[in-house]
Amino acid sequence: MSTSVEISDVTRIREQSWFASLLANQALWVTVAVALICIATAIEQPDSFATKNNFHNITRNFAAIGIIAMGMTAVIITGGIDLSVGSVMALSAIVAARLLESGFDWYVGVAGGLMAGLVVGAINGALIAHIKLPPFVVTLGMLSIARSLAIVASDNRVIYQFGEGGDTFKWLGGGRLDLPWIDGDVLPLSNMFVVLVVMAVIMSIVLRTTSWGRYLFAIGGNEHAARLTGIPVDRIKIQVYMLAGFTAAIAGILSAGYGGSASNGMGKTYELYVIAATVIGGANLMGGKGSIYGAFIGAALIFLIRNSLIMFGVDANWYDLFVGLFIILAVLLERLRGRTRG
Amino acid sequence: MAVLELTGIAKHFGAIEALRGVDLTLEDGEVLGLMGDNGAGKSTLVKIIAGNFPPSAGQIRIDGKAMHFHKPVDAREAGIEVVYQDLALCDNLSAAANIFLGREFKRKFGFFRFLDFGRMYQRAGELFEELQSETRPRDLVKQMSGGQRQAVAIARTRLSEPRIVLMDEPTAAISVRQVAQVLDLIRRLRDQGIAIILISHRMPDVFAVCDHVAVLRRGSLVADKSVADTSPEEVTGLITGAIARA
Ligand SMILES: Nc1ncnc2c1ncn2[C@@H]1O[C@H](COP(=O)(O)OP(=O)(O)O)[C@@H](O)[C@H]1O
Ligand SMILES: [Mg+2]
Repeated sequence: MSTSVEISDVTRIREQSWFASLLANQALWVTVAVALICIATAIEQPDSFATKNNFHNITRNFAAIGIIAMGMTAVIITGGIDLSVGSVMALSAIVAARLLESGFDWYVGVAGGLMAGLVVGAINGALIAHIKLPPFVVTLGMLSIARSLAIVASDNRVIYQFGEGGDTFKWLGGGRLDLPWIDGDVLPLSNMFVVLVVMAVIMSIVLRTTSWGRYLFAIGGNEHAARLTGIPVDRIKIQVYMLAGFTAAIAGILSAGYGGSASNGMGKTYELYVIAATVIGGANLMGGKGSIYGAFIGAALIFLIRNSLIMFGVDANWYDLFVGLFIILAVLLERLRGRTRG
Repeated sequence: MAVLELTGIAKHFGAIEALRGVDLTLEDGEVLGLMGDNGAGKSTLVKIIAGNFPPSAGQIRIDGKAMHFHKPVDAREAGIEVVYQDLALCDNLSAAANIFLGREFKRKFGFFRFLDFGRMYQRAGELFEELQSETRPRDLVKQMSGGQRQAVAIARTRLSEPRIVLMDEPTAAISVRQVAQVLDLIRRLRDQGIAIILISHRMPDVFAVCDHVAVLRRGSLVADKSVADTSPEEVTGLITGAIARA
Protein backbone atom coordinates (compact mmCIF):
# COMPACT_ATOMS: atom_id res chain seq x y z
CA MET A 1 0.00 0.00 0.00
CA SER A 2 1.27 3.49 -0.88
CA THR A 3 1.15 4.87 2.64
CA SER A 4 3.52 7.81 2.12
CA VAL A 5 1.48 9.14 -0.79
CA GLU A 6 -1.68 8.96 1.27
CA ILE A 7 -0.16 10.82 4.19
CA SER A 8 0.97 13.72 1.98
CA ASP A 9 -2.47 13.75 0.38
CA VAL A 10 -4.00 13.91 3.78
CA THR A 11 -1.87 16.78 5.04
CA ARG A 12 -2.47 18.81 1.89
CA ILE A 13 -6.20 18.40 2.25
CA ARG A 14 -5.94 19.50 5.84
CA GLU A 15 -4.04 22.70 5.06
CA GLN A 16 -6.46 23.59 2.30
CA SER A 17 -9.46 23.06 4.50
CA TRP A 18 -7.88 25.11 7.30
CA PHE A 19 -7.41 28.06 4.94
CA ALA A 20 -10.78 27.50 3.28
CA SER A 21 -12.59 27.28 6.58
CA LEU A 22 -11.04 30.60 7.64
CA LEU A 23 -12.22 32.23 4.41
CA ALA A 24 -15.60 30.57 4.73
CA ASN A 25 -16.14 31.77 8.28
CA GLN A 26 -18.86 34.32 7.78
CA ALA A 27 -18.86 35.48 11.41
CA LEU A 28 -15.22 36.45 10.96
CA TRP A 29 -16.02 38.65 7.96
CA VAL A 30 -18.93 40.23 9.77
CA THR A 31 -16.58 40.95 12.68
CA VAL A 32 -14.21 42.65 10.23
CA ALA A 33 -17.13 44.68 8.82
CA VAL A 34 -18.21 45.71 12.32
CA ALA A 35 -14.64 46.76 13.15
CA LEU A 36 -14.36 48.79 9.92
CA ILE A 37 -17.67 50.55 10.54
CA CYS A 38 -16.56 51.38 14.08
CA ILE A 39 -13.22 52.75 12.87
CA ALA A 40 -14.87 54.79 10.12
CA THR A 41 -17.40 56.21 12.55
CA ALA A 42 -14.74 56.97 15.15
CA ILE A 43 -12.78 58.94 12.54
CA GLU A 44 -15.88 60.76 11.35
CA GLN A 45 -17.08 61.59 14.86
CA PRO A 46 -13.93 61.66 17.00
CA ASP A 47 -15.58 63.34 19.97
CA SER A 48 -18.76 61.33 20.35
CA PHE A 49 -18.35 57.82 18.93
CA ALA A 50 -15.46 56.25 20.80
CA THR A 51 -16.77 57.20 24.22
CA LYS A 52 -17.87 54.93 27.02
CA ASN A 53 -21.28 56.49 27.04
CA ASN A 54 -21.78 55.78 23.39
CA PHE A 55 -20.59 52.21 23.88
CA HIS A 56 -23.19 51.89 26.62
CA ASN A 57 -25.92 53.21 24.32
CA ILE A 58 -25.02 51.24 21.23
CA THR A 59 -24.67 47.93 23.04
CA ARG A 60 -28.00 48.52 24.79
CA ASN A 61 -29.69 49.33 21.51
CA PHE A 62 -28.78 46.11 19.76
CA ALA A 63 -29.21 43.96 22.88
CA ALA A 64 -32.93 43.27 22.31
CA ILE A 65 -32.33 41.97 18.80
CA GLY A 66 -29.28 40.07 20.03
CA ILE A 67 -31.19 38.40 22.86
CA ILE A 68 -33.93 37.15 20.53
CA ALA A 69 -31.27 36.10 18.02
CA MET A 70 -29.95 33.64 20.63
CA GLY A 71 -33.25 31.74 20.55
CA MET A 72 -33.64 32.19 16.80
CA THR A 73 -30.21 30.65 16.23
CA ALA A 74 -31.29 27.47 17.99
CA VAL A 75 -34.50 27.36 15.92
CA ILE A 76 -32.69 27.96 12.63
CA ILE A 77 -30.04 25.33 13.41
CA THR A 78 -32.82 22.72 13.61
CA GLY A 79 -34.02 23.84 10.19
CA GLY A 80 -36.97 25.84 11.53
CA ILE A 81 -37.91 29.50 11.64
CA ASP A 82 -39.87 31.62 14.11
CA LEU A 83 -41.66 34.62 12.63
CA SER A 84 -43.69 35.26 15.78
CA VAL A 85 -40.89 36.64 17.98
CA GLY A 86 -41.72 40.33 17.43
CA SER A 87 -45.34 39.79 18.42
CA VAL A 88 -44.36 37.61 21.38
CA MET A 89 -42.12 40.42 22.54
CA ALA A 90 -45.13 42.75 22.66
CA LEU A 91 -47.44 40.16 24.22
CA SER A 92 -44.98 39.37 27.02
CA ALA A 93 -44.38 43.05 27.74
CA ILE A 94 -48.13 43.70 27.89
CA VAL A 95 -48.77 40.70 30.15
CA ALA A 96 -46.01 41.81 32.52
CA ALA A 97 -47.22 45.42 32.47
CA ARG A 98 -50.86 44.50 33.09
CA LEU A 99 -49.86 42.38 36.09
CA LEU A 100 -47.78 45.24 37.52
CA GLU A 101 -50.53 47.74 36.79
CA SER A 102 -53.03 45.67 38.73
CA GLY A 103 -50.79 45.73 41.80
CA PHE A 104 -48.65 42.60 41.59
CA ASP A 105 -44.99 42.85 42.47
CA TRP A 106 -42.30 42.98 39.80
CA TYR A 107 -41.39 39.28 39.93
CA VAL A 108 -45.00 38.27 39.30
CA GLY A 109 -45.07 40.52 36.25
CA VAL A 110 -41.76 39.18 34.99
CA ALA A 111 -42.81 35.57 35.60
CA GLY A 112 -46.13 36.19 33.83
CA GLY A 113 -44.40 37.76 30.83
CA LEU A 114 -41.90 34.91 30.58
CA MET A 115 -44.71 32.39 30.91
CA ALA A 116 -46.56 34.02 28.01
CA GLY A 117 -43.46 33.60 25.82
CA LEU A 118 -43.01 29.97 26.87
CA VAL A 119 -46.66 29.12 26.24
CA VAL A 120 -46.68 30.67 22.77
CA GLY A 121 -43.42 28.86 22.00
CA ALA A 122 -44.86 25.55 23.23
CA ILE A 123 -47.90 25.98 20.98
CA ASN A 124 -45.68 26.79 17.99
CA GLY A 125 -43.49 23.81 18.78
CA ALA A 126 -46.35 21.36 19.30
CA LEU A 127 -47.98 22.29 15.99
CA ILE A 128 -44.65 21.95 14.20
CA ALA A 129 -43.34 18.82 15.90
CA HIS A 130 -46.50 16.77 16.43
CA ILE A 131 -48.86 17.91 13.68
CA LYS A 132 -45.94 18.39 11.27
CA LEU A 133 -47.10 21.78 10.04
CA PRO A 134 -44.43 23.90 8.33
CA PRO A 135 -42.70 26.27 10.80
CA PHE A 136 -43.08 29.17 8.40
CA VAL A 137 -46.86 28.86 8.31
CA VAL A 138 -47.35 28.13 12.02
CA THR A 139 -45.25 31.04 13.21
CA LEU A 140 -46.68 33.38 10.58
CA GLY A 141 -50.09 32.59 11.99
CA MET A 142 -48.75 33.12 15.50
CA LEU A 143 -47.26 36.47 14.46
CA SER A 144 -50.81 37.62 13.82
CA ILE A 145 -52.40 35.87 16.80
CA ALA A 146 -49.90 37.06 19.43
CA ARG A 147 -50.05 40.64 18.14
CA SER A 148 -53.83 40.57 18.32
CA LEU A 149 -53.73 39.15 21.86
CA ALA A 150 -51.32 41.91 22.88
CA ILE A 151 -53.70 44.55 21.52
CA VAL A 152 -56.70 43.01 23.27
CA ALA A 153 -54.83 42.48 26.54
CA SER A 154 -53.71 46.10 26.58
CA ASP A 155 -57.16 47.52 25.74
CA ASN A 156 -55.19 49.13 22.93
CA ARG A 157 -53.44 51.62 25.14
CA VAL A 158 -49.89 52.22 26.26
CA ILE A 159 -49.33 50.97 29.80
CA TYR A 160 -46.94 53.02 31.88
CA GLN A 161 -48.35 52.81 35.39
CA PHE A 162 -46.37 49.97 36.90
CA GLY A 163 -47.46 50.41 40.52
CA GLU A 164 -45.44 49.11 43.47
CA GLY A 165 -43.00 46.95 41.58
CA GLY A 166 -42.42 49.60 38.93
CA ASP A 167 -39.04 50.78 40.14
CA THR A 168 -37.47 47.36 40.12
CA PHE A 169 -39.14 46.56 36.78
CA LYS A 170 -37.72 49.72 35.22
CA TRP A 171 -34.29 49.05 36.69
CA LEU A 172 -34.26 45.55 35.14
CA GLY A 173 -34.49 46.98 31.65
CA GLY A 174 -33.03 50.43 32.13
CA GLY A 175 -30.41 49.91 34.79
CA ARG A 176 -26.70 49.53 34.32
CA LEU A 177 -23.78 47.61 35.65
CA ASP A 178 -20.56 49.53 36.22
CA LEU A 179 -17.60 47.43 35.28
CA PRO A 180 -14.22 48.44 36.79
CA TRP A 181 -12.15 49.67 33.86
CA ILE A 182 -8.43 49.97 33.09
CA ASP A 183 -8.40 53.77 33.39
CA GLY A 184 -9.37 53.46 37.04
CA ASP A 185 -12.83 54.67 36.17
CA VAL A 186 -15.79 52.40 35.31
CA LEU A 187 -17.26 51.09 32.06
CA PRO A 188 -21.03 51.38 32.24
CA LEU A 189 -22.89 48.43 30.71
CA SER A 190 -26.65 48.37 30.29
CA ASN A 191 -28.46 45.53 32.03
CA MET A 192 -29.83 44.52 28.65
CA PHE A 193 -26.35 44.08 27.23
CA VAL A 194 -25.23 42.17 30.32
CA VAL A 195 -28.19 39.83 29.87
CA LEU A 196 -27.27 39.39 26.20
CA VAL A 197 -23.65 38.56 27.01
CA VAL A 198 -24.57 36.13 29.79
CA MET A 199 -27.09 34.40 27.52
CA ALA A 200 -24.61 34.26 24.66
CA VAL A 201 -21.97 32.63 26.87
CA ILE A 202 -24.43 30.06 28.23
CA MET A 203 -25.88 29.30 24.80
CA SER A 204 -22.43 28.91 23.27
CA ILE A 205 -21.45 26.42 25.94
CA VAL A 206 -24.73 24.53 25.54
CA LEU A 207 -24.52 24.36 21.75
CA ARG A 208 -20.89 23.27 21.68
CA THR A 209 -20.49 21.00 24.65
CA THR A 210 -23.81 19.32 25.47
CA SER A 211 -25.63 16.53 23.70
CA TRP A 212 -28.75 18.75 23.47
CA GLY A 213 -26.76 21.29 21.48
CA ARG A 214 -25.35 18.62 19.24
CA TYR A 215 -28.84 17.22 18.63
CA LEU A 216 -29.98 20.60 17.28
CA PHE A 217 -27.31 20.35 14.59
CA ALA A 218 -28.17 16.71 13.93
CA ILE A 219 -31.86 17.51 13.47
CA GLY A 220 -31.02 20.34 11.08
CA GLY A 221 -28.51 18.19 9.20
CA ASN A 222 -30.61 15.07 8.72
CA GLU A 223 -33.79 14.88 10.75
CA HIS A 224 -34.58 11.32 9.67
CA ALA A 225 -31.12 10.09 10.67
CA ALA A 226 -31.46 11.89 14.00
CA ARG A 227 -34.75 10.12 14.64
CA LEU A 228 -33.22 6.72 13.82
CA THR A 229 -30.54 7.18 16.49
CA GLY A 230 -33.23 7.68 19.12
CA ILE A 231 -32.84 11.44 19.53
CA PRO A 232 -36.19 12.78 20.87
CA VAL A 233 -36.61 15.01 17.82
CA ASP A 234 -40.18 16.16 18.53
CA ARG A 235 -39.45 17.05 22.13
CA ILE A 236 -36.33 18.99 21.19
CA LYS A 237 -38.22 20.92 18.50
CA ILE A 238 -40.81 22.00 21.06
CA GLN A 239 -38.04 23.03 23.46
CA VAL A 240 -36.37 25.09 20.77
CA TYR A 241 -39.53 27.08 19.97
CA MET A 242 -40.08 27.55 23.70
CA LEU A 243 -36.57 28.93 23.93
CA ALA A 244 -37.31 31.34 21.09
CA GLY A 245 -40.50 32.47 22.85
CA PHE A 246 -38.57 32.80 26.11
CA THR A 247 -35.86 34.99 24.58
CA ALA A 248 -38.52 37.14 22.89
CA ALA A 249 -40.23 37.51 26.27
CA ILE A 250 -36.98 38.57 27.96
CA ALA A 251 -36.41 41.17 25.23
CA GLY A 252 -39.99 42.43 25.59
CA ILE A 253 -39.86 42.68 29.39
CA LEU A 254 -36.48 44.43 29.41
CA SER A 255 -37.54 46.83 26.63
CA ALA A 256 -40.69 47.74 28.55
CA GLY A 257 -38.61 48.35 31.66
CA TYR A 258 -36.13 50.47 29.74
CA GLY A 259 -38.81 52.50 27.97
CA GLY A 260 -40.90 52.82 31.13
CA SER A 261 -43.96 51.70 29.21
CA ALA A 262 -45.41 48.73 27.35
CA SER A 263 -47.05 49.26 24.00
CA ASN A 264 -48.72 46.65 21.83
CA GLY A 265 -46.78 47.94 18.83
CA MET A 266 -43.50 46.88 20.39
CA GLY A 267 -41.25 44.58 18.35
CA LYS A 268 -42.99 45.09 15.02
CA THR A 269 -40.78 43.77 12.17
CA TYR A 270 -38.23 42.58 14.72
CA GLU A 271 -38.52 39.09 13.24
CA LEU A 272 -36.89 40.55 10.13
CA TYR A 273 -33.95 42.03 12.06
CA VAL A 274 -33.48 38.95 14.21
CA ILE A 275 -33.50 36.56 11.27
CA ALA A 276 -31.19 38.94 9.41
CA ALA A 277 -28.77 38.98 12.37
CA THR A 278 -28.60 35.17 12.55
CA VAL A 279 -28.30 34.66 8.81
CA ILE A 280 -25.72 37.42 8.39
CA GLY A 281 -23.79 35.76 11.23
CA GLY A 282 -23.57 32.56 9.20
CA ALA A 283 -26.64 30.51 10.09
CA ASN A 284 -28.11 28.52 7.22
CA LEU A 285 -31.89 28.73 6.79
CA MET A 286 -31.81 25.15 5.49
CA GLY A 287 -30.69 24.08 8.97
CA GLY A 288 -27.65 22.36 10.42
CA LYS A 289 -25.50 25.47 10.64
CA GLY A 290 -25.36 28.54 12.84
CA SER A 291 -23.44 30.06 15.72
CA ILE A 292 -24.17 32.16 18.76
CA TYR A 293 -21.20 34.41 18.15
CA GLY A 294 -22.38 34.88 14.56
CA ALA A 295 -25.85 35.93 15.73
CA PHE A 296 -24.31 38.29 18.29
CA ILE A 297 -22.01 40.01 15.84
CA GLY A 298 -24.76 39.94 13.18
CA ALA A 299 -27.05 41.85 15.53
CA ALA A 300 -24.28 44.37 16.13
CA LEU A 301 -23.77 44.82 12.39
CA ILE A 302 -27.46 45.30 11.71
CA PHE A 303 -27.58 48.04 14.29
CA LEU A 304 -24.35 49.71 13.21
CA ILE A 305 -25.58 49.86 9.61
CA ARG A 306 -28.44 52.06 10.78
CA ASN A 307 -26.07 54.16 12.84
CA SER A 308 -23.68 54.75 9.99
CA LEU A 309 -26.42 55.47 7.46
CA ILE A 310 -27.60 58.30 9.66
CA MET A 311 -24.03 59.43 10.18
CA PHE A 312 -23.31 59.59 6.44
CA GLY A 313 -26.49 61.56 5.89
CA VAL A 314 -28.51 58.80 4.21
CA ASP A 315 -32.26 59.03 4.78
CA ALA A 316 -33.10 56.49 7.52
CA ASN A 317 -35.99 55.23 5.40
CA TRP A 318 -33.43 53.36 3.29
CA TYR A 319 -32.48 51.25 6.29
CA ASP A 320 -34.71 48.23 5.63
CA LEU A 321 -33.48 48.12 2.07
CA PHE A 322 -29.95 47.63 3.36
CA VAL A 323 -31.06 44.98 5.84
CA GLY A 324 -32.82 43.14 3.01
CA LEU A 325 -29.76 43.38 0.78
CA PHE A 326 -27.57 41.99 3.55
CA ILE A 327 -29.88 38.98 4.02
CA ILE A 328 -29.81 38.21 0.31
CA LEU A 329 -26.06 38.73 0.18
CA ALA A 330 -25.53 36.36 3.11
CA VAL A 331 -27.61 33.63 1.48
CA LEU A 332 -25.84 34.23 -1.84
CA LEU A 333 -22.45 33.80 -0.17
CA GLU A 334 -23.67 30.55 1.38
CA ARG A 335 -24.73 29.34 -2.06
CA LEU A 336 -21.40 30.28 -3.66
CA ARG A 337 -19.49 28.51 -0.91
CA GLY A 338 -21.61 25.40 -1.37
CA ARG A 339 -20.74 25.45 -5.09
CA THR A 340 -16.98 25.70 -4.61
CA ARG A 341 -17.11 22.95 -2.03
CA GLY A 342 -19.17 20.61 -4.21
CA MET B 1 -32.00 -21.70 19.14
CA ALA B 2 -32.32 -19.14 16.37
CA VAL B 3 -31.28 -15.63 17.38
CA LEU B 4 -33.76 -14.14 14.91
CA GLU B 5 -36.96 -15.78 13.74
CA LEU B 6 -39.42 -14.12 11.36
CA THR B 7 -42.79 -15.74 10.75
CA GLY B 8 -45.39 -14.61 8.25
CA ILE B 9 -44.03 -11.07 7.93
CA ALA B 10 -46.16 -8.88 5.64
CA LYS B 11 -46.08 -5.16 4.94
CA HIS B 12 -48.49 -2.97 3.00
CA PHE B 13 -47.94 0.64 2.04
CA GLY B 14 -51.50 1.56 1.10
CA ALA B 15 -52.18 -0.54 -1.98
CA ILE B 16 -48.56 -1.62 -2.38
CA GLU B 17 -47.79 -5.03 -0.94
CA ALA B 18 -44.09 -4.72 -0.21
CA LEU B 19 -43.79 -8.03 1.68
CA ARG B 20 -46.00 -11.05 2.14
CA GLY B 21 -45.63 -14.18 4.25
CA VAL B 22 -41.89 -13.98 4.84
CA ASP B 23 -40.47 -16.71 7.09
CA LEU B 24 -36.79 -16.55 7.90
CA THR B 25 -34.45 -17.72 10.64
CA LEU B 26 -30.95 -16.64 11.55
CA GLU B 27 -28.53 -18.46 13.85
CA ASP B 28 -25.76 -16.93 15.97
CA GLY B 29 -22.71 -16.29 13.83
CA GLU B 30 -24.59 -16.95 10.63
CA VAL B 31 -24.19 -14.69 7.61
CA LEU B 32 -27.32 -14.51 5.47
CA GLY B 33 -27.20 -12.99 2.01
CA LEU B 34 -30.50 -11.34 1.13
CA MET B 35 -30.90 -10.81 -2.58
CA GLY B 36 -33.59 -9.56 -4.91
CA ASP B 37 -34.29 -7.08 -7.67
CA ASN B 38 -34.95 -3.40 -7.02
CA GLY B 39 -38.27 -3.03 -5.25
CA ALA B 40 -38.35 -6.68 -4.13
CA GLY B 41 -38.77 -5.60 -0.49
CA LYS B 42 -35.27 -6.04 0.93
CA SER B 43 -34.98 -2.62 2.54
CA THR B 44 -38.53 -2.89 3.85
CA LEU B 45 -37.65 -6.17 5.59
CA VAL B 46 -34.54 -4.61 7.12
CA LYS B 47 -36.52 -1.63 8.36
CA ILE B 48 -39.10 -3.90 9.97
CA ILE B 49 -36.42 -5.86 11.81
CA ALA B 50 -34.76 -2.56 12.82
CA GLY B 51 -37.97 -1.17 14.30
CA ASN B 52 -38.48 1.67 11.79
CA PHE B 53 -42.05 0.56 11.30
CA PRO B 54 -44.09 -2.44 12.48
CA PRO B 55 -45.04 -5.27 10.11
CA SER B 56 -48.65 -5.33 8.87
CA ALA B 57 -48.73 -8.99 9.93
CA GLY B 58 -46.36 -11.58 11.31
CA GLN B 59 -43.97 -11.95 14.20
CA ILE B 60 -40.40 -11.16 15.09
CA ARG B 61 -38.74 -13.35 17.70
CA ILE B 62 -35.34 -12.84 19.23
CA ASP B 63 -33.98 -15.81 21.20
CA GLY B 64 -37.50 -17.22 20.99
CA LYS B 65 -39.09 -14.13 22.57
CA ALA B 66 -41.71 -12.22 20.60
CA MET B 67 -40.66 -8.60 20.00
CA HIS B 68 -42.75 -5.53 19.28
CA PHE B 69 -40.47 -2.68 18.29
CA HIS B 70 -42.09 0.74 18.39
CA LYS B 71 -39.00 2.65 17.39
CA PRO B 72 -35.46 1.96 16.18
CA VAL B 73 -34.01 2.34 19.67
CA ASP B 74 -36.12 -0.63 20.84
CA ALA B 75 -34.45 -2.80 18.23
CA ARG B 76 -31.04 -1.48 19.16
CA GLU B 77 -31.68 -2.35 22.79
CA ALA B 78 -32.56 -5.86 21.68
CA GLY B 79 -29.10 -6.08 20.11
CA ILE B 80 -29.85 -5.14 16.50
CA GLU B 81 -27.58 -2.67 14.70
CA VAL B 82 -28.19 -1.41 11.18
CA VAL B 83 -26.23 0.07 8.31
CA TYR B 84 -28.98 1.72 6.28
CA GLN B 85 -28.86 1.87 2.51
CA ASP B 86 -28.76 5.69 2.62
CA LEU B 87 -26.34 5.44 5.60
CA ALA B 88 -28.45 7.87 7.71
CA LEU B 89 -25.58 10.25 8.43
CA CYS B 90 -25.63 13.94 9.32
CA ASP B 91 -23.38 15.59 6.74
CA ASN B 92 -22.84 18.67 8.88
CA LEU B 93 -21.35 16.71 11.79
CA SER B 94 -17.97 15.06 12.25
CA ALA B 95 -17.38 11.35 11.84
CA ALA B 96 -17.11 10.90 15.61
CA ALA B 97 -20.29 12.92 16.24
CA ASN B 98 -22.17 10.68 13.82
CA ILE B 99 -20.86 7.48 15.38
CA PHE B 100 -21.90 8.55 18.88
CA LEU B 101 -25.12 10.31 17.91
CA GLY B 102 -27.78 9.46 20.50
CA ARG B 103 -25.30 7.72 22.83
CA GLU B 104 -22.56 10.26 23.48
CA PHE B 105 -19.90 9.78 26.13
CA LYS B 106 -20.46 12.42 28.78
CA ARG B 107 -18.60 13.83 31.73
CA LYS B 108 -20.28 15.00 34.89
CA PHE B 109 -19.52 18.47 36.14
CA GLY B 110 -21.64 19.18 39.19
CA PHE B 111 -25.23 19.02 38.02
CA PHE B 112 -24.27 19.29 34.38
CA ARG B 113 -23.19 16.73 31.85
CA PHE B 114 -20.89 17.74 29.03
CA LEU B 115 -19.75 15.86 25.95
CA ASP B 116 -16.53 13.96 26.53
CA PHE B 117 -14.83 14.87 23.24
CA GLY B 118 -11.51 13.26 24.10
CA ARG B 119 -12.93 9.85 24.80
CA MET B 120 -15.23 9.95 21.80
CA TYR B 121 -12.44 10.94 19.39
CA GLN B 122 -10.22 8.25 20.81
CA ARG B 123 -12.84 5.51 20.61
CA ALA B 124 -13.83 6.60 17.08
CA GLY B 125 -10.18 6.46 16.07
CA GLU B 126 -9.90 2.92 17.45
CA LEU B 127 -13.00 1.86 15.56
CA PHE B 128 -11.67 3.23 12.27
CA GLU B 129 -8.36 1.52 12.90
CA GLU B 130 -10.20 -1.74 13.51
CA LEU B 131 -12.03 -1.21 10.21
CA GLN B 132 -8.69 -0.40 8.54
CA SER B 133 -10.18 2.85 7.34
CA GLU B 134 -8.12 6.03 7.08
CA THR B 135 -11.16 8.07 8.13
CA ARG B 136 -10.31 10.74 10.70
CA PRO B 137 -12.76 11.17 13.62
CA ARG B 138 -12.77 14.99 13.46
CA ASP B 139 -13.50 15.34 9.75
CA LEU B 140 -16.92 16.46 8.60
CA VAL B 141 -18.91 13.76 6.87
CA LYS B 142 -19.79 16.11 4.00
CA GLN B 143 -16.14 16.20 2.96
CA MET B 144 -15.80 12.41 2.85
CA SER B 145 -15.61 9.89 0.06
CA GLY B 146 -18.24 7.17 -0.33
CA GLY B 147 -15.99 4.63 1.34
CA GLN B 148 -15.29 6.84 4.32
CA ARG B 149 -18.99 7.56 4.77
CA GLN B 150 -19.60 3.83 4.65
CA ALA B 151 -16.93 3.33 7.30
CA VAL B 152 -18.67 5.84 9.58
CA ALA B 153 -22.00 4.04 9.21
CA ILE B 154 -20.35 0.68 9.91
CA ALA B 155 -18.26 1.97 12.82
CA ARG B 156 -21.50 3.04 14.45
CA THR B 157 -22.64 -0.60 14.68
CA ARG B 158 -19.47 -1.44 16.65
CA LEU B 159 -20.20 0.78 19.64
CA SER B 160 -22.30 -1.77 21.43
CA GLU B 161 -22.12 -5.54 21.54
CA PRO B 162 -24.83 -6.34 19.00
CA ARG B 163 -26.37 -9.77 18.41
CA ILE B 164 -27.46 -9.02 14.87
CA VAL B 165 -26.06 -6.59 12.30
CA LEU B 166 -28.17 -5.69 9.27
CA MET B 167 -26.29 -4.24 6.29
CA ASP B 168 -28.32 -2.80 3.44
CA GLU B 169 -26.09 -2.68 0.35
CA PRO B 170 -22.91 -1.73 2.22
CA THR B 171 -20.72 -2.34 -0.83
CA ALA B 172 -22.81 -0.60 -3.49
CA ALA B 173 -20.95 2.72 -3.52
CA ILE B 174 -17.38 1.88 -2.60
CA SER B 175 -14.07 0.94 -4.24
CA VAL B 176 -12.81 -2.60 -4.78
CA ARG B 177 -10.26 -2.31 -1.98
CA GLN B 178 -12.93 -1.06 0.41
CA VAL B 179 -15.28 -3.90 -0.58
CA ALA B 180 -12.61 -6.37 0.48
CA GLN B 181 -12.34 -4.58 3.82
CA VAL B 182 -16.09 -4.68 4.42
CA LEU B 183 -16.17 -8.40 3.61
CA ASP B 184 -13.25 -8.94 5.99
CA LEU B 185 -15.12 -7.09 8.68
CA ILE B 186 -18.21 -9.24 8.12
CA ARG B 187 -16.07 -12.35 8.64
CA ARG B 188 -14.62 -10.93 11.85
CA LEU B 189 -18.09 -10.10 13.18
CA ARG B 190 -19.23 -13.60 12.34
CA ASP B 191 -16.24 -15.05 14.21
CA GLN B 192 -17.40 -13.13 17.29
CA GLY B 193 -20.74 -14.93 17.02
CA ILE B 194 -22.64 -11.99 15.61
CA ALA B 195 -25.37 -12.85 13.12
CA ILE B 196 -25.43 -10.78 9.94
CA ILE B 197 -27.91 -10.09 7.18
CA LEU B 198 -26.10 -8.76 4.14
CA ILE B 199 -28.13 -7.21 1.37
CA SER B 200 -26.15 -6.98 -1.82
CA HIS B 201 -26.52 -6.97 -5.57
CA ARG B 202 -23.00 -8.30 -5.98
CA MET B 203 -23.08 -12.05 -6.43
CA PRO B 204 -19.33 -12.54 -5.71
CA ASP B 205 -19.63 -10.77 -2.35
CA VAL B 206 -22.56 -12.90 -1.29
CA PHE B 207 -20.86 -16.12 -2.26
CA ALA B 208 -17.63 -15.02 -0.59
CA VAL B 209 -18.96 -14.42 2.92
CA CYS B 210 -22.48 -15.83 3.28
CA ASP B 211 -23.54 -19.17 4.70
CA HIS B 212 -27.09 -18.85 3.40
CA VAL B 213 -28.74 -17.02 0.54
CA ALA B 214 -32.35 -15.89 0.67
CA VAL B 215 -34.07 -14.44 -2.38
CA LEU B 216 -37.00 -12.04 -2.33
CA ARG B 217 -39.10 -11.55 -5.44
CA ARG B 218 -41.97 -9.04 -5.43
CA GLY B 219 -42.34 -9.28 -1.68
CA SER B 220 -42.23 -13.08 -1.37
CA LEU B 221 -39.37 -15.23 -0.23
CA VAL B 222 -38.68 -17.62 -3.10
CA ALA B 223 -35.55 -19.32 -1.76
CA ASP B 224 -33.52 -19.82 1.41
CA LYS B 225 -30.59 -22.10 0.70
CA SER B 226 -27.12 -22.90 1.93
CA VAL B 227 -24.53 -21.40 -0.44
CA ALA B 228 -23.06 -24.88 -0.78
CA ASP B 229 -26.31 -26.07 -2.34
CA THR B 230 -26.74 -23.30 -4.87
CA SER B 231 -24.88 -21.38 -7.54
CA PRO B 232 -24.74 -17.82 -8.82
CA GLU B 233 -26.65 -19.00 -11.89
CA GLU B 234 -29.48 -20.42 -9.83
CA VAL B 235 -29.69 -17.33 -7.63
CA THR B 236 -29.80 -15.09 -10.72
CA GLY B 237 -32.64 -17.20 -12.07
CA LEU B 238 -34.49 -16.89 -8.77
CA ILE B 239 -34.06 -13.11 -8.70
CA THR B 240 -35.32 -12.60 -12.25
CA GLY B 241 -38.09 -15.19 -11.99
CA ALA B 242 -36.61 -17.53 -14.59
CA ILE B 243 -36.63 -20.08 -11.76
CA ALA B 244 -39.90 -19.86 -9.82
CA ARG B 245 -38.81 -21.24 -6.45
CA ALA B 246 -36.09 -23.30 -4.84
N1 LIG C 1 -42.33 4.17 2.89
C1 LIG C 1 -42.86 3.61 1.78
N2 LIG C 1 -44.06 4.03 1.31
C2 LIG C 1 -44.62 3.47 0.22
N3 LIG C 1 -44.06 2.49 -0.47
C3 LIG C 1 -42.86 2.02 -0.07
C4 LIG C 1 -42.20 2.57 1.07
N4 LIG C 1 -41.02 1.91 1.23
C5 LIG C 1 -40.96 1.02 0.23
N5 LIG C 1 -42.05 1.07 -0.56
C6 LIG C 1 -42.34 0.20 -1.72
O1 LIG C 1 -42.17 -1.13 -1.30
C7 LIG C 1 -41.54 -1.88 -2.32
C8 LIG C 1 -40.27 -2.50 -1.78
O2 LIG C 1 -39.29 -1.48 -1.58
P1 LIG C 1 -37.86 -1.75 -0.94
O3 LIG C 1 -38.05 -2.55 0.29
O4 LIG C 1 -37.17 -0.46 -0.82
O5 LIG C 1 -37.16 -2.63 -2.07
P2 LIG C 1 -35.62 -3.02 -2.22
O6 LIG C 1 -34.86 -2.55 -1.06
O7 LIG C 1 -35.65 -4.52 -2.34
O8 LIG C 1 -35.16 -2.41 -3.51
C9 LIG C 1 -41.33 -0.94 -3.48
O9 LIG C 1 -42.41 -1.09 -4.38
C10 LIG C 1 -41.36 0.40 -2.85
O10 LIG C 1 -41.80 1.37 -3.76
MG1 LIG D 1 -33.24 -1.23 -0.91
